[in-house]
Amino acid sequence: MKEILKTLEGNARATAEQIATMTGKSVAQVKRAIKQAEKERAIVKYKTIINWEKLGEEQVQALIEIKIAPQRDVGFDSIAERIYRFPEARSVYLVSGTYDLAVLVVGSSMHEVAGFVAQKLAPLESVQGTVTHFLLKRYKEDGEILEGETAGVRRLPLTL
Amino acid sequence: MSITGAVRAKGPRGAISQRVGQLAPSGIRRFFGLVSSLEGVISLGIGEPDFATPWHVTEAAIYSLEKGQTMYTATYGLPQLRHEVARYLEDRYALRYSPDDELLITVGVSQGLDLATRAILDPGDEVIVPDPGYVAYGSCVVLAGGVPLAVPTSQETDFKLEAPQVEARLSDRTKAIIIGYPANPTGAVMAKGELAGIAEIARKHNLLVISDEIYARLVYGMEHTCFATLPGMKERTILLGGFSKAYAMTGWRVGYAAARAEIIEAMSKIHQYAMLCAPIMGQVAAIEALSSGQAAVEEMVAEYDRRRRVIVKGLNDIGLSCFEPKGAFYAFPSVRGTGMSSEQFAERLLLEERVAVIPGSAFGACGEGHVRCCYAASLSDIEEALERMGRFVSRHSPG
Repeated sequence: MKEILKTLEGNARATAEQIATMTGKSVAQVKRAIKQAEKERAIVKYKTIINWEKLGEEQVQALIEIKIAPQRDVGFDSIAERIYRFPEARSVYLVSGTYDLAVLVVGSSMHEVAGFVAQKLAPLESVQGTVTHFLLKRYKEDGEILEGETAGVRRLPLTL
Repeated sequence: MSITGAVRAKGPRGAISQRVGQLAPSGIRRFFGLVSSLEGVISLGIGEPDFATPWHVTEAAIYSLEKGQTMYTATYGLPQLRHEVARYLEDRYALRYSPDDELLITVGVSQGLDLATRAILDPGDEVIVPDPGYVAYGSCVVLAGGVPLAVPTSQETDFKLEAPQVEARLSDRTKAIIIGYPANPTGAVMAKGELAGIAEIARKHNLLVISDEIYARLVYGMEHTCFATLPGMKERTILLGGFSKAYAMTGWRVGYAAARAEIIEAMSKIHQYAMLCAPIMGQVAAIEALSSGQAAVEEMVAEYDRRRRVIVKGLNDIGLSCFEPKGAFYAFPSVRGTGMSSEQFAERLLLEERVAVIPGSAFGACGEGHVRCCYAASLSDIEEALERMGRFVSRHSPG
């Protein structure tokens, strides 16, 4: 199971036949394992990493630090839910340190992102303060280096 | 093996020593020019990992350079690296080598092989080498004044060196056996029981064994047996290991030799005069690789294993029968079904479909009829190469 999902994690478009070859399992075994993982939400979603800048798309991302007064009984979970239900909040994490929630917000302009923070996040009760960091450049995402890397590195075409 | 081909007198008479003159030229030089002149070639002819060195290793070396560690090291190598190697061999194989006088840091296994053959051979001494086998084995023996004796292996026996065949070639001039498993070019691995047969011969005929274990970490679904762990073999074995393949560190040029003190001392004598020491940046990188690079190795091995299964199945599916290679990163399919020699196959495949493979004949007479396909390439390249090879084979299949 683990081996199958590892293969899939590297390439979500790999077919059951390809994965079966790579892992030495039968196609039926692979299909069964994937179906089960999907059912248990061990596989949450299949997605792509797209470098929108290549298409000239303007996209603004910001990392928002949010300081929160935890609520009795529910701690941070209830306020976290209030926040993660906004589609603008791409990722939401509870973190240790000087603030509590780290929220990655995506919008089409700085104005839009700033508006979301000012109108939706900051006024939430129990939010004590926010700090907004706009992302200036994406170097690496989900383990993938977006630009540069090994361009120009060439091995000898033949070696004995 | 075509190592000691006909002596060819070329160039100004007497300029080149007879010893070097008799070395056969590289079996792929012609292809090299050809590959470089073509566009869009997918190369399965590479003999090194397609991964970059794990970043923590590179970073440690950069830091050492910034700190000014750019000097010679002791001839035997940095003491810390020798300690790390000793610890590694003990942890992994329960083999104890003294870092003070039983380990030598070399410029890759290549230099270890050169030192080992020069340290033990007198003119005319014979050395058993597997055929097909890594090209340097026979050549280093020749350069050291010895005579390589090629012992044939074949696909029928998964290209393993068989004890009776070895024994049949021995004479009273035979000094040593060179083995290299997991093997380049075949991907063959010899299990413990099979190596025991070779050990038995070494004991019975008082032979040394040079064991090239550069691919030791790249085994799939089985354990690598270090030859020196076989009963009575530590004293007889010159164990050659390195970092190039497992840690993707080919360009750093660093490896090691482990043997009894008398042999290491002899090897280090040559090393001292011919090389002085292995490059310090490579040694620093190797320390980092050994002390905290294991996770990266395992990840790379898992990835090679996936590609291995894809290429072996793919080759068999298109009619190039291929035994299952259990180690290294090579598949060695037979091309006999096409009626072409391995050189013809490689050349026409390159020209017609732009896929580069290495003709098996470059690795000895018994490699004829096979080609070496390296799967240290991206999965998409492997799949594309298989598709092109499939087209090629069906176009050229008789009938």
